[in-house]
Amino acid sequence: MKRKMNGYLLAGLVLTGTLTLLILLGFFWTPYNPTAMSGSEKLLAPSLWHLMGTDNFGRDIFSRVLKGAGTTFLIALCTVAIGGVFGTLVGALTGYFDGAVDSILMRLNDAMTAFPSILLALVIISILGGGKYNVILALGLVFIPSFARVTRTAFAALRDVNYVKSARLMGAGSARILIAHMLPNTMQVLLPAVTIGFNNAVLAEASMSYLGIGVQPPDASLGYMLSESQGMLGSAPWYALGTGLMIVLLIFGVGLIGEGLQRRNGEVD
Amino acid sequence: MKKRILSALLLIGLLCSVLSGCGDGSAAAGSGEQSSTGSSTGETVQGGEITVGIAQDLDDSLDPHYAVAAGTKEVMFNVFEGLMKPSPDGDLICAVADHYNISDDRLTYTFTLRSGVKFHNGETVTADDVVYSIERCADTSGGAPLVAAFSNIQSVKATDDHTVVITLKQADNEFLSYLTTAIIPKDYDQQATAPVGTGPFKFVSRTAQDSIVLERFDDYWGQKAYLDKVTFKIIENADSLVLSLQSGAIDLCGHLTSTQVAQLSGYNILEGTMNLVQALYLNNAQKPFDDVRVRQALCYAVDKQQVLDLVSDGHGKAIGSSMYPAFKKYFMDDLTDYYTQNIQKAKELLTEAGYPDGFSMTITVPANYQPHVDTAQVLVEQLKAIGVNATIQPVEWDTWLSEVYSNHNYQSTVIGVDAANMTARALLERFTTGNSGNFINYSNADYDALFAQAQATGDEDEQTAIYKKMEQNLTENAANVYIQDLADLVAIKPELEGFQFYPIYVLDLSGIHYVK
Amino acid sequence: MKEAAKRILMLLITMVIVSFLTFLAFDLISGDPATSLLGTEATPEKIAALREQLGLNRPLLVRYGSWIAGFFTGNLGTSYSYQLPVGQLIRGPLLITLCLSALSFVLITAVSIPVGVHTARRTGGALATVSVVVNQLLMAIPPFFTGVVLTWVFSILLKWFTHGRFPGFGEHPLASVGYLLYPAVSIALPRIAMTVRMLCSTIRGEMEKDYVRTAISRGNDRSGVLYRHVLKNSMVPVVTFLAQTMAEIVAGSIVVEQVFAVPGLGRLLLASIGNRDYPVVQAIVVILALWVVLAGTAADLINQRIDPRLRLGGAK
Repeated sequence: MKRKMNGYLLAGLVLTGTLTLLILLGFFWTPYNPTAMSGSEKLLAPSLWHLMGTDNFGRDIFSRVLKGAGTTFLIALCTVAIGGVFGTLVGALTGYFDGAVDSILMRLNDAMTAFPSILLALVIISILGGGKYNVILALGLVFIPSFARVTRTAFAALRDVNYVKSARLMGAGSARILIAHMLPNTMQVLLPAVTIGFNNAVLAEASMSYLGIGVQPPDASLGYMLSESQGMLGSAPWYALGTGLMIVLLIFGVGLIGEGLQRRNGEVD
Repeated sequence: MKKRILSALLLIGLLCSVLSGCGDGSAAAGSGEQSSTGSSTGETVQGGEITVGIAQDLDDSLDPHYAVAAGTKEVMFNVFEGLMKPSPDGDLICAVADHYNISDDRLTYTFTLRSGVKFHNGETVTADDVVYSIERCADTSGGAPLVAAFSNIQSVKATDDHTVVITLKQADNEFLSYLTTAIIPKDYDQQATAPVGTGPFKFVSRTAQDSIVLERFDDYWGQKAYLDKVTFKIIENADSLVLSLQSGAIDLCGHLTSTQVAQLSGYNILEGTMNLVQALYLNNAQKPFDDVRVRQALCYAVDKQQVLDLVSDGHGKAIGSSMYPAFKKYFMDDLTDYYTQNIQKAKELLTEAGYPDGFSMTITVPANYQPHVDTAQVLVEQLKAIGVNATIQPVEWDTWLSEVYSNHNYQSTVIGVDAANMTARALLERFTTGNSGNFINYSNADYDALFAQAQATGDEDEQTAIYKKMEQNLTENAANVYIQDLADLVAIKPELEGFQFYPIYVLDLSGIHYVK
Repeated sequence: MKEAAKRILMLLITMVIVSFLTFLAFDLISGDPATSLLGTEATPEKIAALREQLGLNRPLLVRYGSWIAGFFTGNLGTSYSYQLPVGQLIRGPLLITLCLSALSFVLITAVSIPVGVHTARRTGGALATVSVVVNQLLMAIPPFFTGVVLTWVFSILLKWFTHGRFPGFGEHPLASVGYLLYPAVSIALPRIAMTVRMLCSTIRGEMEKDYVRTAISRGNDRSGVLYRHVLKNSMVPVVTFLAQTMAEIVAGSIVVEQVFAVPGLGRLLLASIGNRDYPVVQAIVVILALWVVLAGTAADLINQRIDPRLRLGGAK
């Protein structure tokens, strides 16, 4: 069972690793104070002093992008974690069991899917207030049904596979069958779901920011900055460029890791 | 608040010297005389259509007596008129009324209606319609009268077909400015969705979240409008609005920010002010803002000019109390610099008040209004210098209304307050103890006494002097951290002329025309 | 027949849960129609009077009951803000959003399925790597930003359409579809990339399975195996994914309608949430939910055709 490294995985790990280091660095040090304003340095084009230029408050965009990437990374990661764990749980239970558990959970799940995510997010933000932790909570909840649906199908398909049947005949408990026998075999669908989930979380957070219910200023996520920058696309295109580049790299790195992992699994099976 | 309108601007001088007015009819009152906004280069063209961009839907009752959103009133200004109406210069001019007389005891107002004024449905305005409109706004069955000042009305009577007599319970120097209240046809029950008025434009249609269409009213009593048709295009997202301007879909759009204007080419940009008092409003009943020294410390910590520079490239006008420059008679520019940034002094005041290391506070801001959010961001930075750690809490407009404005459940907020009608009273009365609009919980015995004096006096000059003392009281006690009257930038296609700024929140379309 | 009855019952239960959740949500959220309608002219007395008049003081379950009763008799209520019947108010926006969603969905399936199958067959090589990279890039751009870029290129530079001048279905149905193409592309692009990725990995996973290897080692044509067996067997997760996409298109259209100033259901929904205009929100939520639930049901039915093991109440 020797698992090989492949190009995608390596590239993904290197890229994500580098970005993670930059983000970690951003927690302790940025070239400028990311919230410090300066009336005389508004909307400067990129230069040696300001690598990505400055925004409409004269704040250094590179410093803000470093901070913002941290926020975005955290939000996306936590969202996927919440959605993935609870979603898989629901998916496993409903896929494996029939009857009342399946019916009740799936009805709830369907209702959650059908409930416009933006309304759910709005309600949560309105009750708990804005800020990144509430954004995580809102998005995490929104993401549960999609994970549940994907994994449910996988678990349901595995339910009647021979090795599961024989495990059941040998008296293995449901929990053991679900975790030891079925879960590893759902990785094929779970892994892409996780990477796509990460991607979706970044996009969803950006959309929330666009609608004004995301991270609150002066804190900024990449999504918030991108939605702010598009209003200045004419006068300060570098703002959108720097922010957009960071989003793309972040998603790209995680995507490559996902792609690599999948290919590796494929080769081993 | 930001979406509130002044309904008229009262020039008190008018009342002092002339107790009856408007005798010469439409020439003075009409919208014919255009003070041009650019140099008039070409020949005025009659007709044509334009599309006006507006940032909020008219998702409100269209009934002029029930509409509360400033955005709705701004548009419907073209459809409705009262006995009086405001002029661009801030005068009150006669509209449905031809002229009026005020009795010596200032209790009886006699209005003679202009003859031949027609509603958009073709019917002629009668004294009965006027009585109906005013009584409707004075009716108290909804908990309170629709126009609060009308509770002072003793009686409204039509003495003949074109004469209306209004009798007051007690003299009110500012009463006339409330008579900009729209005159609507009696017994017409579709006002909320298909409004009918007497203005230069008539309402054609409304499509939710899309557009409002007005057409010229050809039987208008005064100078008729130039344009045949005006479509108000609703684009609530500020960035999307800019895209529509850039693509040329919109001919005219007001209330733009300097950042938005910087993206545009192919438009003439006109500059005015929004006529509102933008401030960091402090909940005076909550710790630590119940201490005047803390409030003063905040005032000393803030650099207004820097706010203007950062938020709107220096456009706008710094102010120092609850009064904006368009109220020329009351505005006291010397209060603007009452507090100039002085970090040392601010820190001393905080230490005196028992906060040597500063404190944490929350600034609640309506998220959909970028200039307020931006101002809050700058304030957060400036307050850091005195150790005050402020966090911004953006909320929806409706949450703001219920939590901040109604329930006073907040610490501080950045918002623009304008006057509910055209009087100084409308800006200043709200800070009296127990007033329902006193969302900052300001309570100052001197202030309350001054307001009572202002209402009691019959003398204009004395009243003005008292109002000024009230402004001073607010500044000295640092009721709020006053910042500015925001800039109002208007983008207009170069082939259009005749746009006029008003001292109030309206968009007058009647003078706008194409030039050849 | 029993199957169909069960499905309809499930659908109804889901819809009831959704509509009740919406009611509950508005009970929890701050602000109410009375404060919204009165704005800054609100006084405690006026608010109390208006709340009474609008029937907001009744208990939650009573309000919900009367809404449900109205719903089944075809009465969706009256909008507080616009003072118009909800049915009349949402008809136009509904048509626009349905058209936009359908357009996006057609774009997604029409592009991603052929591209996905094609990409899955090519393993390795520079072209495959390039396609992975392009795919990742497309996935990373938020739809609102794609919308802004599309507007810059096609409206401001090329003048192919005028941003902000949506023609309206009433007078110009064709031109309206043309306008909606741009927002549809904004919604579709990242979804296409995700679907391609999903399709690719599923097909590849299937290709590695024993039966495929055996079939190929027995000398069967690779493409033949792919089209005859692999595609069919990898369709289940893809169909599920596409149903999921349907829900995301709806969410995406809420944002993209803002960008392109299209007067669709999404903008009306946001505005009505802002105004606390419950009757409108309630109606829109139910419609959007129905759309998503129907997509899900369709996906289930298709999947059961493909893989009978998934049949409801099937043998264990």
